[in-house]
Amino acid sequence: MNRRTYGFMMAMALGLSALAPSVAMAQEAAPAAQAPAVPAVAEAAPVAADNATADNAAAATPAPAFEYAKPVPGVGQPQSGEIDFQEQFTSTGNYAYWMHSYILLPVITFISLLVLALLLWVIVRYRRGANPVASRTSHNTAIEVAWTLIPVLILIGVAIPSIDLLAKQFKPAPKDALTVKVTGYQWYWGYEYPDNGIGEYVSNMLPPEKAIERGEPALLAADNRLVLPVGVPIKLIVTGSDVIHSFSVPAFWVKEDAVPGRLNEKTFTISKPGVYYGQCSELCGARHGFMPIAVEAVTPERFAQWVKLQGGTMPGETSAEAEPAAAAAPAAASAATSNAAAPAPAVATTS
Amino acid sequence: MTTTTVDGSAGELAHGHHDADHKPSFFARWFMSTNHKDIGTLYLIFAIVAGIIGGAISGMMRMELREPGIQFLEAWAVYSDGPGATLDQAYHLWNVLITAHGLIMVFFMVMPAMIGGFGNWFVPLMIGAPDMAFPRMNNISFWLLVPAFLLLLGSTFVPGGTGNGAGTGWTVYAPLATTGSPGPAVDLSILSLHLAGASSILGAINFITTIFNMRAPGMTLHKMPLFAWSVLVTAFLLLIALPVLAAAITMLLTDRNFGTVFYDAAGGGDPVLYQHLFWFFGHPEVYIMILPGFGMISHIVSTFSRKPIFGYLGMAYAMVAIGVVGFIVWAHHMFTTGLSVNVKMYFTAATMVIAVPTGVKIFSWIATMWGGSISFRTPMVWALGFIFMFTVGGVTGVVLANGGIDDNLHDTYYVVAHFHYVLSLGAVFALFAGFYYWFPKMSGKMYNEFLGHLHFWVFFVGVNMLFFPMHFLGVSGMPRRIPDYPEAYAYWNGIATHGYEIMGVGVLIFFVNLIWSLAAGKKAEGNPWGEGATTLEWTLPSPPPYHQFETLPVID
Repeated sequence: MNRRTYGFMMAMALGLSALAPSVAMAQEAAPAAQAPAVPAVAEAAPVAADNATADNAAAATPAPAFEYAKPVPGVGQPQSGEIDFQEQFTSTGNYAYWMHSYILLPVITFISLLVLALLLWVIVRYRRGANPVASRTSHNTAIEVAWTLIPVLILIGVAIPSIDLLAKQFKPAPKDALTVKVTGYQWYWGYEYPDNGIGEYVSNMLPPEKAIERGEPALLAADNRLVLPVGVPIKLIVTGSDVIHSFSVPAFWVKEDAVPGRLNEKTFTISKPGVYYGQCSELCGARHGFMPIAVEAVTPERFAQWVKLQGGTMPGETSAEAEPAAAAAPAAASAATSNAAAPAPAVATTS
Repeated sequence: MTTTTVDGSAGELAHGHHDADHKPSFFARWFMSTNHKDIGTLYLIFAIVAGIIGGAISGMMRMELREPGIQFLEAWAVYSDGPGATLDQAYHLWNVLITAHGLIMVFFMVMPAMIGGFGNWFVPLMIGAPDMAFPRMNNISFWLLVPAFLLLLGSTFVPGGTGNGAGTGWTVYAPLATTGSPGPAVDLSILSLHLAGASSILGAINFITTIFNMRAPGMTLHKMPLFAWSVLVTAFLLLIALPVLAAAITMLLTDRNFGTVFYDAAGGGDPVLYQHLFWFFGHPEVYIMILPGFGMISHIVSTFSRKPIFGYLGMAYAMVAIGVVGFIVWAHHMFTTGLSVNVKMYFTAATMVIAVPTGVKIFSWIATMWGGSISFRTPMVWALGFIFMFTVGGVTGVVLANGGIDDNLHDTYYVVAHFHYVLSLGAVFALFAGFYYWFPKMSGKMYNEFLGHLHFWVFFVGVNMLFFPMHFLGVSGMPRRIPDYPEAYAYWNGIATHGYEIMGVGVLIFFVNLIWSLAAGKKAEGNPWGEGATTLEWTLPSPPPYHQFETLPVID
């Protein structure tokens, strides 16, 4: 069933992409290009929704709801008047932050101040009043060689940690990494956990009033968060379904474009439980500014609990015990709600 | 070149006399011009008009960003989308504004002013040529820009997807610009870019031919003024880069209208291919916008220091190096698209290399002043501002060059701050410096020195207050191209908007100075700057005769 729902969604996706070129072909039809996408989803939705309500009626009531953590001000989100990066919660983030703060920032500040000091010196020392007769010097090979070679050495000094940082960021994910597939849509995110048999669920921005009501920053809060375990390597597979989006979480030093037709990979390990926010970082149309990313980082135990509540399984568990019927249903249900015109579904993931 | 000579003398014969200052009638002079100075003037007027429009658009954006929430967009959307404009159409209008601001400032303000305006006016004067090599092509170069600009402005009022106008960003990325933007708006923008590109290519051919063939006797390339060098390098960049843009956007056009799938993954194409092609053009483009400025700054610094340019050959070949290396660093604009680790490492290292020739230029300008006898006239003050601000913009470029660091900063306001420091505080400072420097030569009138200084200081404070806080917004994660932002970004955004207001006052002072000087400025001498000004344009009266150098000057 799991697999079947999966296949069903894939078919839907293929159907959509097949529609796209034929629409693009005729200029006359072009104004309607977005239209076919909507009915296609809408048609599929009732089926999924029917399943969902049936399953929910059977299974949902006794299960305890998964409570999202409250964000801590100043952690995983921007602060007012801030002049530095957000606090980092991945090892690559910490390394990159170190490189910026202790190598790049001092170097560029020094160079800027050096140029400023030299300018101020010539302004004062060689103003017409102080130096009425100009020299005719126009060459000095030694100094010209020096100001070519010294910057080269400085840049080599910068390039070494920079190349090292890239190597660390691209270290392939270990076998036990948790794979999560992130898909960018106009204008929301879809999250899917193939390792855990959790089908895609979507994450929409919470309306600002609602976000504030829940003690979350407006425009950053999402209805369904991306739930990730701390201390476990995460392998994100990022792709786009319609146009290019970009998945970005500043507190993890992670930004990966969601490009249609490509599966981009990003590996990182979160060091501390908490709520971390990000925003779509590639212009993707009208509501580009309104498709935030909200990550709920939890302990592995809590993650396992969450997976269970979604009807999924942890990799070690025997799948025979799992409830295949319920597995993908909540996801499908929330997908159905979100794809309808309403800006955000009212229900939490656990409904 | 041959054509020019024959054509020129034939024209004079037809008029029956050899008066160098004989001007055609108004219509023939301004609409059918073949005179490089008149065409240069047309380009400058065009750039000023486009600059006012592009600057007004940035004012609208700063108004909207002054505080969180949507304050003005919905009201403005009524003008582009009609009375029933929805909130989504208001958001779309935001994207139209950012797109228009970018395209206008790049293609219709900076490029026409630098290359079309000052290039046309001063390359022939500096190399001792009577005119450009292809005067009629020069005219069509300019007149192609006008319909290009009208197409771009017109695209705002036709459907472009969610609302009216092209909301793709100036980069016009597929698939947002293909399947994501149905309607004719994006097609009109693409045609606009085609025309502007054709205009630039024709201009580039003209400059290359002029500089290679029409230098005064004795003026070898190694004796040629640096501004002419900078325009020569720029012309080559245009000639190589623009056809790639034309190809990229033509494929965009056929993807949109004729069912091709160059950038459509579903048909075997690739959206990232578009980005490679676009940035293969786009990165040289940023040097196209700044190199002529480098040339101007060299002359200004030398003139007002009363010293020859320090390290002339190094300066010339630094520009050549920047031009060459500028073609092999493009993918640093695409660090987050999923490039492999080796590709990212290469583009990180290659990009940093550009800092070396740029450093040579900065240090050589300082060395030119070193030991000089500096007078702080308005052009010199702008040049000094340029050198420092361009350094600040340059060093943040070194930060962004690191592929691993860019993973956080990419597409944030840090990038916006960076490129406005090199363009709005770099290229625009160079433009103002050049404008004040050559205004007496072009108009025959002196500008007002006090207003010039006032303009500088107000503008300097304004743009720094406008763009410096954007670094802070960027490091704390604010993405570009969003009409509304989380509360935490309100503080620096508010300050940036106040900076814009101050900058706006500075621009007003500029226009007051411009109008006052044209109307009542003192008459300018042939060389108002004294012994420091050594290039050929200062040997002519101000303004120069309608046709100059009928007897070619000889350089020893």
